[in-house]
Amino acid sequence: MRVGYKWLKELVDVNLEPQVLADKMTMAGIAVETVENLAQGLDRVVVGEITAMEKHPNADKLWICQVNTGSEPRQIVTGAQNLKTGDKVPVALDGANLPNGVSIKPAKLRGVSSNGMLCSISELNLDPADWPEESREGILILQPDAPVGQDFAVYLGIDDYVLELELYPNRADCLGMINVAREVAAITGAQLKLPPWADGAEPELPAGEKQVKVSIEDPELCRRYTGMLIEDVRIGDSPAWMKQRLAAAGMRSINNLVDITNYVMLEMGQPLHAFDFDTLGGGEIIVRRANAGEKLVTLDKAERSLDESMLVIADSQVPVGLAGVMGGLDSEVIDKTRTIMLEAAHFAGANIRRTSRSLGLRSEASLRFEKGVNAANLLAVQGRVAELVLQLGAGRPVGPVVDSYPVQVPPVSISLNTARVNEVLGLNLEDAQIESILAPLGFKLEWTEKGRLQVHVLPYRADLNLEVDLIEEVARLHGFDKIGTTLPSGNTTLGKRSEEQKLKLRARHLLANCGFSEVINFSFTGPRALDRLGLPPEHPWRQEIKLMNPLRDELSLMRTSLIPGLLETAARNVSRRNVDLALFELGYVFFPADKEMKSLPEEAYKLAGLAMGVIPKAWNHPQTEMDFYFVKGALENLFGELGADNCSFAAAEDIPFMHPGRTAAVMVRGKKAGFVGEIHPDVQESYELPGKAYIFELDGSQLFEASGARAEFAPIPRFPAVTRDMALLVDAEIPVEKVYRSIRRAGGNLLREVRLFDIYQGAQVPAGKKSVAFSLVYQSGEKTLTDEEISALHNKIKKTLDQEFGAELRQ
Amino acid sequence: MEQQLKSLRQEAEATMAQVADLESLNELRVKYLGKKGVLTGILRNMGGLSPEERPKIGMLANQVRDALEGLFSGKEAELKQKAKADRLGREKIDVTLPGRLFLQGHRHPLSLVQEEIEEIFLGMGFQIAEGPEIESDYYNFEALNIPKDHPARDMQDSFYVTEEILLRTHTSPVQIRTMEKLFPSLPVKVICPGRVFRKDDDATHSPMFNQVEGLVVDKGISLADLKGILLEFARQMFGPERQIRLRPSFFPFTEPSAEVDVSCMLCGGEGCRICKGSGWIEILGSGMVHPHVLKMGGYNQDEVTGFAFGMGIERIAMLKYGIDDMRYLYDNDLRFLRQF
Ligand SMILES: [Zn+2]
Repeated sequence: MRVGYKWLKELVDVNLEPQVLADKMTMAGIAVETVENLAQGLDRVVVGEITAMEKHPNADKLWICQVNTGSEPRQIVTGAQNLKTGDKVPVALDGANLPNGVSIKPAKLRGVSSNGMLCSISELNLDPADWPEESREGILILQPDAPVGQDFAVYLGIDDYVLELELYPNRADCLGMINVAREVAAITGAQLKLPPWADGAEPELPAGEKQVKVSIEDPELCRRYTGMLIEDVRIGDSPAWMKQRLAAAGMRSINNLVDITNYVMLEMGQPLHAFDFDTLGGGEIIVRRANAGEKLVTLDKAERSLDESMLVIADSQVPVGLAGVMGGLDSEVIDKTRTIMLEAAHFAGANIRRTSRSLGLRSEASLRFEKGVNAANLLAVQGRVAELVLQLGAGRPVGPVVDSYPVQVPPVSISLNTARVNEVLGLNLEDAQIESILAPLGFKLEWTEKGRLQVHVLPYRADLNLEVDLIEEVARLHGFDKIGTTLPSGNTTLGKRSEEQKLKLRARHLLANCGFSEVINFSFTGPRALDRLGLPPEHPWRQEIKLMNPLRDELSLMRTSLIPGLLETAARNVSRRNVDLALFELGYVFFPADKEMKSLPEEAYKLAGLAMGVIPKAWNHPQTEMDFYFVKGALENLFGELGADNCSFAAAEDIPFMHPGRTAAVMVRGKKAGFVGEIHPDVQESYELPGKAYIFELDGSQLFEASGARAEFAPIPRFPAVTRDMALLVDAEIPVEKVYRSIRRAGGNLLREVRLFDIYQGAQVPAGKKSVAFSLVYQSGEKTLTDEEISALHNKIKKTLDQEFGAELRQ
Repeated sequence: MEQQLKSLRQEAEATMAQVADLESLNELRVKYLGKKGVLTGILRNMGGLSPEERPKIGMLANQVRDALEGLFSGKEAELKQKAKADRLGREKIDVTLPGRLFLQGHRHPLSLVQEEIEEIFLGMGFQIAEGPEIESDYYNFEALNIPKDHPARDMQDSFYVTEEILLRTHTSPVQIRTMEKLFPSLPVKVICPGRVFRKDDDATHSPMFNQVEGLVVDKGISLADLKGILLEFARQMFGPERQIRLRPSFFPFTEPSAEVDVSCMLCGGEGCRICKGSGWIEILGSGMVHPHVLKMGGYNQDEVTGFAFGMGIERIAMLKYGIDDMRYLYDNDLRFLRQF
């Protein structure tokens, strides 16, 4: 809502600087978005008259003009060719800073002094559409009666400020100047100066020749409908003052009648619609739901197909308007219209909203009806229209105004407990203070008992229905800044994370400490994401939840894995030459709980990561390639630090987007809980990655359930440990973990530690074999082990390995 | 013999002064004091002395031995000291060379700020509650006093999965879920961080973003308590000098409602580019829990009151780190991530 300050001042006696008023309003809940100076850049621009002109002696195209600007005459040189003596023109005086950025200073042009500048439309930043064609070139020539010396902004009637209100949905009342004035009075304490028509009753009008019959078939959707006939309509131009106010409010002047309806809408917040009465079949208005299949050509010349959810204004046969949204073309007011039926009605906002959405048709009227209008005031609105029609000579309003008002909303009266006010706001206001805070709203206030104020709300404030609504009025009018700061005084509570929240946070820290950087990808993805992974249609990740109204195709599905997002992020980074990457993301993925989507989807927490490229060389270490074991090591570290017991890795050859020989299933407590490995070369190609990439994804709930094992102290052995190495040759296909387990089993509890320290396959060993070397640490908790005891155990292990793997000892 | 001993001492002393390393010193020690050394050699001739002279010379020989021993060990200590000093000199390294590289990843700034916000509220006795990111219309709207066709639904265009299921447009549904879960215990004191989704996509809006919701319900909770908690938050987050300002606003699920501004952390309130000259920066929305919402959560609106607030983690992170374009946050460019 754009509020012209001069207009506002006519309605309320406020004398603050516009910005000061704007700040006060904002701090009282009527947010002022901007304060616009309409005369911006027109300071020191005045109306001047050219009293004499001569050619510049040294320049063909320049004129030396003598200009009367009200004080002493001044000489101005201009290059314009459209002037003659006696023309009235806008003159920028010294010190003017024009809207186009030009500053005016006394100057000499080709040796002749020039004291000011004659201005064109563009130099003054005026809208060419507001001016006759011939004024658009050269200097703007004003009407002959323009008063010499007058401020140009005053001459244009734009010496004004506009406060642009950003209204919250509950304050649609402030879409009308009258109510804005009421609000300003309540906020500033300024005296209201409302005209009598603001709360007028039915206007007293002479009886007309014709009558309109109004019936409401659906009172739920139309609470009240009033119609007034205007005879002898004379369509013409509106007066300048009305045009200026409409323009300041952002509306263009159309003709006197349309302008009056718009003007009254701005004054009183009520949208109006004018029908050509003579086109209405049966001289009748029926407010009803559309019949299925009915059609209506609206004012924008589009044919609309209607359905039974939509409310229409119909004559005795067909719809003539889409109630509250847009009128019909056939009943439009045109130049030859003789009689107008002017509608002022109340339509249910929710229904208007639905209709307007389903047709994709929004109008100034529909926006206002959606937010709610004041049904109680419709006769006052008709009265005001009648007054303006007469004043502008636009026609002859006749009575009686037809008023169908099937659903009267009883006036709202709220009992306010002042103790409750203080309790909710944390204030200590006396009853009298509360009364004086609410008084400027103009509501009738009655003390029913001490501490109990009965507030009779005026109908224009439809947002006030509950006690808490009034508590809010007290808070905002008293000022939020006057409320102190305290801390809740109830029982003390312990702020702490749940075990799972701790684990989630810990996992973030641990992965970052292992070199992975955290990313946050969108939770939605597109249909091609899983194609890029080459997933078959029956893969469980393909059960993505679809959005009904996505922003675009590639954001139309809810993700079922974090992997595509990580690969896309990697590809994006690669395209920017960030090729050495270690990334992780923690977040939810989504699966339908049932086919029909009757219940909320399942949300599963996942931990995923990606590593590719190298750890670059430095002076004290060589370049290291990211590989499977880098990522696996990070996971082992994660499991260890989370206290996740019983996590293991098992070769997995069946994940379609992974390298079949370089992928492991991650087992948590014996169940698959994710995977880690190298991506399939096809996937690498489809994401155009320059090298191999290693990824993992783990299920959070499985991991966290197994996590949190408490560390348990074991006494530190007092007897020495002895380390013996063991190198053996085994078949190349035997997984080292199998060998490791055998050693463990054979070693028993005197074998404290087994560490693989070397693995080799190549020229030094026979084909098909590999050499693996372990360090074995022997130690007893009870005594010092003798050489013989250790050797016996060591040999037992060797023998076991020989039996199980045909392992051959290397010396 | 006496003369021999004396000159032995003088000679040993003089030679010792020339010695520069431990090895030569040892050789010298062997030469003079060893089993086959000069001193022993002299003493071997003691047999030729008279019984009167013997103890005298014996004593003298011991004195010479002791003196030489003393001199040798003194010299040895001196040389060892010197050798250590020499070694330290040789072992000098360039301490300005970079240390061993530990590959360290970086947390996402939104994740860091979320953790920081959580820590602040944990410190004030809040618990952390969570709720689903795909919500029912009931929890996302209805229970929050936003019935179907309410104009406030316009403020947050939503992504729908079905007519009744949508991506949550705010973390506020967790308010209802938490109250339902905790009823009838008091106080309810939680924050709810999480992802939310709205149908917006431009330079200042992302279709997915992160919020932290706060909710306190108890007997006697007031707007002044809300101000107190938020002032404490603003100061811990943005510095002890910060002030806050509440501007009346509208949310369907709170009343009275307020936008909360914090005094500009860059200019301290003088007015600058970041605060657009006003000295204040909007950081969150808040208000007293609407009685309808308390009722939906199961609590008796006449017995308890509450406040709620919600903030965008993106906005806080951008202010905190001076990030000037929201799109960086979801781009995940390594050169961006590395800065945190
Ligand atoms: Zn600032």
